[in-house]
Amino acid sequence: MARAIINLPASAKRGEIIEIKALAAHEMETGFRRTQYGAVIPRDIITSFACTYNGVEIFSADLHPAIAANPYLAFSTIATESGTIACTWTGDNGYSLTESVAISVA
Amino acid sequence: MKTRIANVGPAAACFGLLAALAIPACAGEAVPPRSGYEFMGRETRAIQDDDAANPGMLWVLDGEALWNRKTGPAGRACSDCHGDARASMKGVAARYPAFDKARARPVDLEQRINLCRTEQQKEKPLAYESKDLLALTAYVGRQSRGLPIAVAEDAQTRPFLEAGREAFNRRQGQLNLSCVDCHDKHWGRRLAGNPIPQAHPTGYPIYRLEWQGVGSLQRRLRNCLTGMRAQTLDFGDPELVDLELFLMSRARGMRIETPAVRP
Repeated sequence: MARAIINLPASAKRGEIIEIKALAAHEMETGFRRTQYGAVIPRDIITSFACTYNGVEIFSADLHPAIAANPYLAFSTIATESGTIACTWTGDNGYSLTESVAISVA
Repeated sequence: MKTRIANVGPAAACFGLLAALAIPACAGEAVPPRSGYEFMGRETRAIQDDDAANPGMLWVLDGEALWNRKTGPAGRACSDCHGDARASMKGVAARYPAFDKARARPVDLEQRINLCRTEQQKEKPLAYESKDLLALTAYVGRQSRGLPIAVAEDAQTRPFLEAGREAFNRRQGQLNLSCVDCHDKHWGRRLAGNPIPQAHPTGYPIYRLEWQGVGSLQRRLRNCLTGMRAQTLDFGDPELVDLELFLMSRARGMRIETPAVRP
């Protein structure tokens, strides 16, 4: 099942600025809501995001309860070499997801 | 241009003026129908316009996986009968609700998927608003994106279409409102800060930011009924399906946007 969508150009020129868009499927339950019986719904959110380009971290972010479900992050980097761009989401209850996309740089 | 609005009065006189002013002063008269998309802000439009940003695509991708997964005692996947949905399901969502001979009444896309599931796959039907049913509906709906809505308006569907029209025009609930009161007479104005759209179901199932998830047209209709303080109908109630059919016929010719994003 689709847990995340990463979008970036399949190929780029060396030195070109490319945009990376990362969308993850997650409820982002805040921990502040209650059921109709008054019981607190436990917090279940993604707490951090990191993106690596051939193993080197190029972008990271901390996520908090006020961030909407299915968080979307867009950022840019400079295409330096062909390889793999990998995104990792980690969160509550042992949540961890890594997806990678190949890029070819000419 | 043919009008698609239910209770059309003598409209031609104010049409030119209305087009020039582009304000809904004569709401309820003959103006080109407007999708809910046109009432959204720039940022919300941007989410819908980019498949990489549209969270509804997560459901579409789930639906694609389900389409190809064998299930039930028959061990059959949707794709075993229907093949590649990109070809076989093209335009299908634009024709639903459609008349089903066995049931002698129109069925909507969710019901059609569940009929296939129970009759062909010999599997239990999926619950309304379950993630799997929404995913399959979104995936099938996605194949019609950009195509004009074209539900059948013939002798078979007409009684149900008229029942839907009657439901749309009927005042109900403690606030004594009909659908017409907001969506024909006051579209473009605001209700609790939100623009009132014309109620054209062009993008269902939609990703609604307020829901933080995908929901069906029936969920939306039940929301409206609650807002009117009327008796909500159960999911799958024939009256809801009639209303869906009428709304689709009212939106005839408009383009499918599934999965649309709404605020």
